[in-house]
Amino acid sequence: MAKFEYAPAPESRAIVDIASSYGLFIDGEFVDPIDGTPFKTVNPASEEVLSEVTAAGPADVDAAVKAARRAYEQVWSRLSGRDRGKYLFRIARIIQERARELAVLESIDNGKPIRESRDVDIPLVAAHFFYYAGWADKLEYAGVGTDPRPHGVAGQVIPWNFPLLMLAWKIAPALATGNTVVLKPAETTPLTALVFADICQQADLPPGVVNIVTGAGETGRALVEHPDVDKVAFTGSTEVGKQIARSVAGTAKKATLELGGKAANIVFDDAPIDQAVEGIVNGIFFNQGHVCCAGSRLLVQESAYDEVLASLKRRLGTLRVGDPLDKNTDIGAINSAEQLARIRALSEVGEAEGAERWSPPCELPDRGFWFPPTVFTGVSQAHRIAREEIFGPVLSVLTFRTPAEAVEKANNTPYGLSAGVWTEKGSRILWMSSRLRAGVVWANTFNRFDPTSPFGGYKESGYGREGGRHGLEAYLR
Amino acid sequence: MTDTAKRRGHERAERDPGPARLAVKKTYKLYIGGKFPRSESGRSYEVTDSKGRFLANAAWASRKDARDAVVAARKAYPGWSGTTAYNRGQVLYRVAEVMEGRRAQFIDEVVAGEGISRPRAEKVVDEAIDRWVWYAGWADKLAQVVGSTNPVAGPYFDFSIPEPTGVVAVLAPQKSSLLGLVSVLAPVVVGGNAAVVTSSYERPLPAITLSEVLATSDVPGGVVNILTGRVGDTAPWLAAHMDVNAIDLAGAAGDTEHATELELAAAENLKRVVRAPATEPDWTKQPGLDRITAFLETKTVWHPMGV
Amino acid sequence: MPYVPPTLDGVTVLEALDAARLSEITASETSLRRFLHGLPGVDQVGADARAAMLSTRSIKTTAKKWAIDLAISMIDLTTLEGQDTPGKVRALCSKAQRPDPSDPSVPQVAAVCVYPDLVGVAAKALAGSNIHIASVATGFPSGRTSLEVKLADTRDAIAAGADEVDMVIDRGAFLAGRYGQVFEEIVKIKEACARAGGADGQSAHLKVILETGELATYDNVRRASWLAVLAGADFIKTSTGKVSPAATLPVTLVMLEAVRDFRDATGRQVGVKPAGGIRTSKDAIRYLVVVNETAGEDWLDPDWFRIGASSLLNDLLMQRQRMATGRYGGPDYFTLD
Repeated sequence: MAKFEYAPAPESRAIVDIASSYGLFIDGEFVDPIDGTPFKTVNPASEEVLSEVTAAGPADVDAAVKAARRAYEQVWSRLSGRDRGKYLFRIARIIQERARELAVLESIDNGKPIRESRDVDIPLVAAHFFYYAGWADKLEYAGVGTDPRPHGVAGQVIPWNFPLLMLAWKIAPALATGNTVVLKPAETTPLTALVFADICQQADLPPGVVNIVTGAGETGRALVEHPDVDKVAFTGSTEVGKQIARSVAGTAKKATLELGGKAANIVFDDAPIDQAVEGIVNGIFFNQGHVCCAGSRLLVQESAYDEVLASLKRRLGTLRVGDPLDKNTDIGAINSAEQLARIRALSEVGEAEGAERWSPPCELPDRGFWFPPTVFTGVSQAHRIAREEIFGPVLSVLTFRTPAEAVEKANNTPYGLSAGVWTEKGSRILWMSSRLRAGVVWANTFNRFDPTSPFGGYKESGYGREGGRHGLEAYLR
Repeated sequence: MTDTAKRRGHERAERDPGPARLAVKKTYKLYIGGKFPRSESGRSYEVTDSKGRFLANAAWASRKDARDAVVAARKAYPGWSGTTAYNRGQVLYRVAEVMEGRRAQFIDEVVAGEGISRPRAEKVVDEAIDRWVWYAGWADKLAQVVGSTNPVAGPYFDFSIPEPTGVVAVLAPQKSSLLGLVSVLAPVVVGGNAAVVTSSYERPLPAITLSEVLATSDVPGGVVNILTGRVGDTAPWLAAHMDVNAIDLAGAAGDTEHATELELAAAENLKRVVRAPATEPDWTKQPGLDRITAFLETKTVWHPMGV
Repeated sequence: MPYVPPTLDGVTVLEALDAARLSEITASETSLRRFLHGLPGVDQVGADARAAMLSTRSIKTTAKKWAIDLAISMIDLTTLEGQDTPGKVRALCSKAQRPDPSDPSVPQVAAVCVYPDLVGVAAKALAGSNIHIASVATGFPSGRTSLEVKLADTRDAIAAGADEVDMVIDRGAFLAGRYGQVFEEIVKIKEACARAGGADGQSAHLKVILETGELATYDNVRRASWLAVLAGADFIKTSTGKVSPAATLPVTLVMLEAVRDFRDATGRQVGVKPAGGIRTSKDAIRYLVVVNETAGEDWLDPDWFRIGASSLLNDLLMQRQRMATGRYGGPDYFTLD
């Protein structure tokens, strides 16, 4: 037994009020579905059913798009930028006011540690609305011409890894630029989006400006393929991203896609080792590795391999896996049984291909979906675990000898979302970051996000940028 | 007959009043990797003027030529994207300089191919030359105009810069054989991309002459590759090519079905696609930044600020 | 038998620093400089972020109770004022032995820490207890005297009964890059700590104060930490308390990394003492969390971790009482000395 045993420090669930069932949020109201069907959302840490939500059918999606079109034509496109901005500021403030509730609910529905939902997700959500609120009446300065105009109705489909944050990344710039939206949250994490609908009501946002249709892939497809959607924004897998790219082919729809990644986190022998180890941990174990830009391939310079690996393993021994609502939890639950199965399957492939698998001793809860932090050593570029996105707490460790080799290995993937570089030599950082084919390069840090900072991928990691001035371009013509 | 046609249509400006000299005829070839090969297929096709009179035989590029052009472009990409913006600007300006020297030839070819009046053709050629100058000047200003430093809420220096997308396939306009071509090619290469261009099918001669200009104006071999022939023979292969990063469908203007097929093929590796317009636009209009930024990626770099 | 560094799954953690290698490193100014400047850098933002993350740990109920008692037992109860008198020191010693007169279950503190001229008073007041007597020395707090004066200062303190010496390093020499000079001074003071004629033949424990607030960068903190442990320090201590900033969480984190790595490389364990600015139970517990998750639980012991403080003790007592009674206390119920 450990000398200093941290007692359980659970965040109270009392602040969260989950209804037993939810309809769809269309035209400013929660409504019963027309052709939708109910499905259950569970707490991945306990498998407890949280609520019954609605998988919107094609008629529901059509109703939502019609409401968005009406709101666009009759209200939102006629509103001044200043007033659009004021609605967004209101929303930002309400999110800050309800931050605790949103954080707890996010952790319950998603499985992520409360420390992350409380300290990362929700503050960034509020910041994102605050940032784009200020743009609404300044769009002529956005660098897209003197008379930038919205597309109209945006159909937005988001993933389950950062449910409310991805909602903010989609809705805030869309509304600031004068578009109206129909958003589909992920099947396994609909609850914070439904609370967001309530926030829209509290903010007196005109009906139809934001519509939330819950559901799975079929609902998303109906939304993306709806003929009256002008703009499609998607964050999720590269596979679905390609389907969307095909579905908008030959139409007038604009699409932005933020897809998968297999980022290299490159550690040189002159790196600040202790911080690099933190960066490696943050790179792959933040949010259980359910991060498209996760540093899932660790490239260590051979001359520092022993030291980095030993320090990393020692550090992993201190990770606390367990109850997402415990304030001391570092790694929470895997979001779904399906995702867990995928992580397990790829990890088994890693072993079968001859990589060496290691996890620190850690006890996993009996119920719920759990996977221990895992490190594969002896991995080469030819291994599937070095090529495929695992989207879980699994790190593949490779080595390199020279900067050029590091760049070559880092870029040797169809993805190009992010990369990390760790070295104390400034000139090498700039050399490396100019050669890495990735939309975000974190040098001597990893997994940092900010509403002012454009984020998005090269190659098969998608196109378009979210965040910053660049994030406006996707919603203006 | 072909000699007569040629003399009438193509070498009208002969100043020798004496007995007609037997002209040395030019062989029009592809432009791949800085070289001028014939099509690997060995095929060519007849190019006629706007009235249907024979002008020349042009190389009929095959899918293998397209493949070779992509390989050449990919090979040239690191060097071209790695040059300084100042240098790229100078190279593009040099293209304008060399074009100016061949102004008369371009005018002849535009007149012949597009069937427009000579004064109009002069305007078009001048505009095409000036367009290189305009784009050349953008090379070292782009990063300042479309890049940013981002005031993140933390102790980090954070900046975003434009970077080229990579290898770009360009379907050049079918009608505007020179100005249209320059208007879609220059914005691709100014940002540091390498291009594989399919020229106008019926009016390929200005494109081929342009490739000769490029070959003699410091543009490294492979940065621009020009294929003549049926667009339908090469474009689907370029659109589906997994080592092509983006495609400009300008040349499929008006052909919705073909453009949609190409866009579908391009989805396989998520190419950046500039869609085909319903009709070919007026290329004499002053362009904006759109065609440049369509083929740029934004890279964001973070670094802590500490002591 | 040569020392073998620990391995993790067969992977050697660090280069083994055996006696031969150690004497090579410390042989000259040049070799010392080469070694210290060869240590991995510390990224300030990353270190700050790690400390900030650790300070969000929520220590509740049984864990908090345990941590409060541990923190009390780690305190070097300190008075280092120009206005210190024998009366003040006697009161401090009394508080050290019975922090809460109404509750005998409260542990004693680890040591009292005073100026050299008051060591005798403390020794008398603490006679028979097992509370250590720490004395600052070497021209505390600036250290700006000759080596001879520093040595005399140290010998005086030990002669008067100090069994722990808190020396200051010559920050001027360190910042000027004269690592050899700093090293030599520590070695000499360490020699002076040997108790002349002591029956047990034991040296007084040497705590080396880096005065991190004057070293300015974490790279310097790491180098100074290594310099001190290479020279034989038993403890490395952040601050005199006379310079702002005094102890901070990230500085302590960097020092804990140094002693952790030093033990991995040599097998010798060195303690760490943050001092100055730690006033609340919450602060103290944060330090214990950083110890626990950086150097590890081997350091969660008054022999290896101390907190230099004065007002902290009453806050710990107040928290302790709140946990026992369930209500918030007030300062009137805790002794002020």
